[in-house]
Amino acid sequence: MVEQESPLKPVWQPGSHGNFAAGIGVYLSESAPGSIVQLAAWAGKEKAVLQAIKAVAGLKLPDGAGGGAPGEARAAFGFAPGKFLVIDEQEGLAERFTQALDIETGTVTDLSHGRTAIRIAGPKAEWVLSKFFAIDFSATAFPIGAGRSTVHHEIFVHIQRSAPTQFELYVFRSFARSFWQALCRASEEVGYEVQ
Amino acid sequence: MLITCPYCGPRNVSEYTYQGDGNRTRPDPASTDQAAWNEYVYDRLNPAGDHHEIWQHSGGCRAHLRVTRNTLTHVVTEVSFARDAGHRKSERHRKPGAHA
Ligand SMILES: [Zn+2]
Repeated sequence: MVEQESPLKPVWQPGSHGNFAAGIGVYLSESAPGSIVQLAAWAGKEKAVLQAIKAVAGLKLPDGAGGGAPGEARAAFGFAPGKFLVIDEQEGLAERFTQALDIETGTVTDLSHGRTAIRIAGPKAEWVLSKFFAIDFSATAFPIGAGRSTVHHEIFVHIQRSAPTQFELYVFRSFARSFWQALCRASEEVGYEVQ
Repeated sequence: MLITCPYCGPRNVSEYTYQGDGNRTRPDPASTDQAAWNEYVYDRLNPAGDHHEIWQHSGGCRAHLRVTRNTLTHVVTEVSFARDAGHRKSERHRKPGAHA
């Protein structure tokens, strides 16, 4: 496989920044999974795709819009009608889905090198994200595992809540550096640590 | 202005792209019926009130939606997936005074 290089490298500054004297508000990191795969079911084939996600990734997604399953090694969530994002820390997930899903059921798109995965965690994660996206980040409206598709100006993003105060953001790779810099700037007021 | 996407829930209008008047019926592409094409391209109901429209949730799930929006108040009263709706017969009426 091609060795991945982070688009954040030129602006990567580990350590504490901003107003952190009273404590760190958010921890920012790049999770760099080996695989990011988009699955799209043809009309009426959603259940078959969900079964394939269970068979290949071992993840059982709940029914309903934006339903998802969080996890360190593997995670998945719905982000549009009949469409799912599956993430694996290992490479090769797209090949496994291509074998498991026939073309009559749905399509497999390997986005592993097309998206940058950014993690924001900490007590002020909801607060900082609320400055970017006009969606409800409260735990009742956006439960653990759930996925959302939204946009910050022209920067499209898929978001999964992976823990009570932790979110995974999947941003187009070409926008990732700009988005990361905006995220750092927005985190200054609460104090942030790049890990 | 908020549009409640059937998949994503209520979202700001900035996440959406207007795809045009939802009252039109596209003629058969092979048709050379000039009146039908003229109606499709130019004739609009232009109501002061509820209006059927097509919007895409381009900054979200990217689904195409059928939306009923009040042109006086921007209140959105009905949203459904365009692919589920088919074409509603009641919307095929023309603008008063439009040529046959
Ligand atoms: Zn939507």
